[in-house]
Formats: sequence, C-alpha cells, structure tokens
Amino acid sequence: MVTFVLPRLVSFEGMGRRSASVTERNLATLRSAYWIVMVSGFLEPVLYLFSIGIGVGGLVGDIALPGGEVVGYAEFVAPAMLAASAMTGALSETTFNFFGKMKFMRLYEGILATPVRPIEIALGELAWAMVRGVLYSAAFLVIMVLLDLTTWPRALAMFPATILVGFAFGGLGMAVSTLIRSWQDFDLIAAGQFALFLFSGTFVPLTAYPEALRWLVEITPLYRSVHLIRGLSTGTTGWAQLIDVAYLLILLAAGLAVAGRRMTRLLCK
Amino acid sequence: MPSLIHARGLIKRFGDFTAVDGIDVDVRRGEAFGFLGPNGAGKSSTMRMIGCVSPPTGGVLEILGLDPVRDGPRIRAKLGVCPQLDNLDIELTVRENLTTYARFFGIPRKVARRRADELLDFVQLAERAGSKVEPLSGGMKRRLTIARALVNEPEIVLLDEPTTGLDPQARHLVWERLFRLKQQGVTLVLTTHYMDEAEQLCDRLVVMDGGRIVATGSPRELITRYSTREVVELRFNAESQQPYADKLDGVGERVEVLPDRVLLYVHDGDEATAEVHRRSLSPASVLVRRSSLEDVFLHLTGRTLVD
Ligand SMILES: Nc1ncnc2c1ncn2[C@@H]1O[C@H](COP(=O)(O)OP(=O)(O)OP(=O)(O)O)[C@@H](O)[C@H]1O
Ligand SMILES: [Mg+2]
Repeated sequence: MVTFVLPRLVSFEGMGRRSASVTERNLATLRSAYWIVMVSGFLEPVLYLFSIGIGVGGLVGDIALPGGEVVGYAEFVAPAMLAASAMTGALSETTFNFFGKMKFMRLYEGILATPVRPIEIALGELAWAMVRGVLYSAAFLVIMVLLDLTTWPRALAMFPATILVGFAFGGLGMAVSTLIRSWQDFDLIAAGQFALFLFSGTFVPLTAYPEALRWLVEITPLYRSVHLIRGLSTGTTGWAQLIDVAYLLILLAAGLAVAGRRMTRLLCK
Repeated sequence: MPSLIHARGLIKRFGDFTAVDGIDVDVRRGEAFGFLGPNGAGKSSTMRMIGCVSPPTGGVLEILGLDPVRDGPRIRAKLGVCPQLDNLDIELTVRENLTTYARFFGIPRKVARRRADELLDFVQLAERAGSKVEPLSGGMKRRLTIARALVNEPEIVLLDEPTTGLDPQARHLVWERLFRLKQQGVTLVLTTHYMDEAEQLCDRLVVMDGGRIVATGSPRELITRYSTREVVELRFNAESQQPYADKLDGVGERVEVLPDRVLLYVHDGDEATAEVHRRSLSPASVLVRRSSLEDVFLHLTGRTLVD
C-alpha cells in the first residue's frame, strides 16, 4: 500500500532536473553588477575578523573552550564569523530576493505553468543561494588558514559544515519569506538576524551569558552552527556536534516543507 | 474521439464566492475553442484550472485524459500558457526568456536555442532578441509571451485574452499566427472580450456570464439561434431612446434599447429601414449590419460587452 501510494503523492521523478533548471535561470541573470554584491558580502565577515578577532582580540587575550583547551581570541572568533557569513549569504538570497521574485516580479507564476512544482522552485532557489554562500565560505577558509587560525585538514572538514549551515538558514529564510506580508517585515528579519549575530556565542563563550539564559542561546540556529564549526576549527569535536548536524538538517527539512506548502497556497489559488 | 479537455460540473470557489459555477466543457483535438464573456465571468479562473495551476473546488476535470491535481507536471509539459497578464522574466533578455523557459521543460540547451530563434522569427521579434523585456511595447511583450507558450511544442495552447490592449495591426498579426498554429494541428483554447476575435478564430465557443455557461456552439450557430440575420442600428437625437423603441414594436423580431441607440433585429435590414420611415420616425443615423456575437451576448445576458 505504502509503496503504491507514496510515489504518487510525492513524485521524485525529474525533481532534481526541474530544480536545477530554476538554479540555471538565476545563473542566466548574472550580470557584471552582481560582482559588487558578491564582493561586499565577502568583505563583511573578513572585516569583522580583522577588527574584532585580531583588533579586540589583542586586548582580550586567550579564551578557554568548554573542553579546557585554550585558544587565541582570533581563533575563537574566526569560525563564528564563518558560520555567520554562511547565514548571511543564505538569508540575503532567500529573504529579500526570493520575496521580491515571488510577490513583485511574478516570476514564479510563469514557472509554475511549466512542469516545475513549487517545492522544486524552493529547492532551485535554495541551491542558488548556496552557490554564493559556498564561494564566500571557501574564500574565508583560505584566509583562516593563511592567518594560521586553523589547519588545512580542518578547513576541509569545515567546508561541508558551512554548506550545511547555509542550507539550513536558506530553508529557514524561505519559510519566513512565504509567511511575511510586506517589505516592512524585513526590518524585523534584519533585527532578528543581528540579534542572532551578537548573541549566539559568536564573540563570547556560552559561559559568559547568565545561567538562566544559556538554554535560550543554545537553541538558536546560529549558536548550533557556531558550535559545530568552532568544534571542527579547533579540533575539539565530540558527540555534541552530531546534535548540531541533526538540528541543522531538521531546520532545513522543516524550512523547505513550510516554504513548499506556503508557495502552493500563495501561487496556486 | 475523446476530448482533450473534459469538464463536468466544474466549480471554482474563492472563499464564499463562486467564480465558476458548474460548467460543462469538451474541447476536441485540433479545434479552436473560445470562452467569451464580460469582466468577472470566470474565464481566467477556468483557464487557470485547465492550466493546472488552480485546483478545482468541485466537479470533474480531465486534461489529455489525466487528472490535473495528481498529474499536474505531466499535463503542463504538454500545455502552452499565455496568461492574461504578461509575466515575462524582466531580468532576462528577449531570447533568454525563451531559452530559459525551455529548460523548465527539460528541453536540451541546443534545441532550446534553435527553437528560440525560430519562435522569435515567428512572432517577428528577431531583431529585438538581445533587448531586455522592459523597453518592449505592450504588443511586443504579448507576442513574446505567446512565443514562450510555444517553446515546448505544446498540444494545447491556452491564451487568456491574447490581444487585449493591442493596436489593430498587432492584433491582426497575432490572429494570423494563431491561425497558422491551428493549421498545424495545435488545439487552441482562448478567452476574449472581442466578438470579432471569437468569430475570426473560434470553431466553437461558450458564452460565460456570472460563472455559468449561457450558450454553446459555433459562432454561426449561435448567431442563427440567438439573433437574426441583420441588425438595424438607429440613433435618435433625444435624451431617451425608449419612446422611439415603443413605436418600433413589430418592425422586427426583437428590439433592444441601449443608452445611445436602438437595435432592431430583423431578417431584411433595408425593408425594416423602409418600415421605420413609413412610421414617420426620422432617426439621426441608420446603420444596417450583419448580426454578430455581440448581439448574441446582448440577447443572452441583456448587457453589452464592454472592455
Ligand atoms: N484569487 C482570487 N481570489 C478571490 N476572488 C477571485 C480570485 N480570482 C478571481 N476571483 C474572482 O472571480 C471572479 C471571476 O474572475 P475571473 O478572473 O475568472 O474573470 P474573467 O472572466 O477572467 O474576467 P476578466 O474579463 O476581467 O479577465 C471575479 O469576480 C474575481 O473577482
Ligand atoms: Mg480574465
């Protein structure tokens, strides 16, 4: 029964190809001006790394990790900047741009008249958001190694982790975009994003937060991302990182499910 | 032969509002089928259900023998859609609009490029191939949307008001292209407000009003059934045309009073005109013309079709 009904409800046939065609559409829109966006998106975490990681780090000194290892402040902050940049890259494409395409360009109405389904548009857009995020991450990782903040093998392990972080935030961003109504709501998203950036164990260890609030920090997606990538960067991974991976995978799946459902509701009336 | 589009008691509701109220439709392979009706009649709602982007609220709908809800992607692979409002990709060029769209159907890049060029020739946009969409005129955008609808060599092309807002020249170009498609065996389904368009293009049509079908047939059949051979349009220089209409009783089969003129439905226009003068009425203008679908619509709904 299940094997008979399931493929009919969720047909995966051609799904990858159709999603890829949506990504391809975005590639075709690439124009020279886009490089400005790319460069500014890349520079942001690098500037934070230099100003805070290295600048402020000179005043702060070393930091003790939960396992007891002691690392320099720049080593502590760099993986957090990497996670934050994966978040920013994914969110900028899946919130502002995605919302605009859906509401104002009426782009998806045209696409939905073809065999492409709403969930495939979501997947294709997500993959597109990752293209940018992956480039940022790779460049940032190279800088980290060059500054001796991590090693090449660790950088290689962090790379897929940043992709997972990007996917998870991309899924979240899309789900949020399908739920909001107007451009004004983007101010809220930006505020939320900035709060995450500041209070997700990015600049200080978890122990610096009041004990009563730690759980709140620990359940935020950016905290889990920072935790995962910092573990890999400093070579202090353990079981806890598996929780991070599971958390991010669930976030991705839930985000996509919500986005696909909401897009169907909004566009296939 | 089974019909390509088969609807029985098809219903579309938006909340409490019923936009399509139980319509029966059968479209056969190779024909041009029209939905005619005033604003809000439910034409676009019907088209969107046929295009598998709007699930029916009730009734039966089969397209190419498949269920639009379950087999949407498979059906849409064989449809070409030209929506009422152009939704071209403003971030791409004219040619890229076609090549990218082809990719959504899984058409290989090389084939997509070839078809894009052929279609740009077909709709006479080849010299604008590299231009962005934004600066195109309304008529050019419309033609590009039609070209885009053909990129997957569809079996059925859905055209929602293909020529609304076009100047007469552009309209005739579109009509001519659609006629060629029909000759190639493509099934056309179109909606329109224009009676002349329906008469030019449609083999069969339905007249819709308030979500229901009020008449079905070929343009000729509908005119014979719901109108007379000729119509005499009389304009009287007066505030109200009604008093004159009363005096015209019995001149033809039917008299319709519009705000600015009186329509006489008659078999022979000249004879009727003579009778008007015999009754010592002197209209400011007299026009004898053949009956059209406009008259059918007026008769069926008591209203004129205004754009
Ligand atoms: N998404 C929607 N939500 C609510 N009501 C809708 C929606 N789409 C259409 N309607 C209503 O359904 C009715 C029929 O609309 P539809 O667009 O099908 O008419 P139409 O025959 O295409 O008219 P027009 O000639 O103006 O294009 C209208 O009263 C419209 O307001
Ligand atoms: Mg309409």
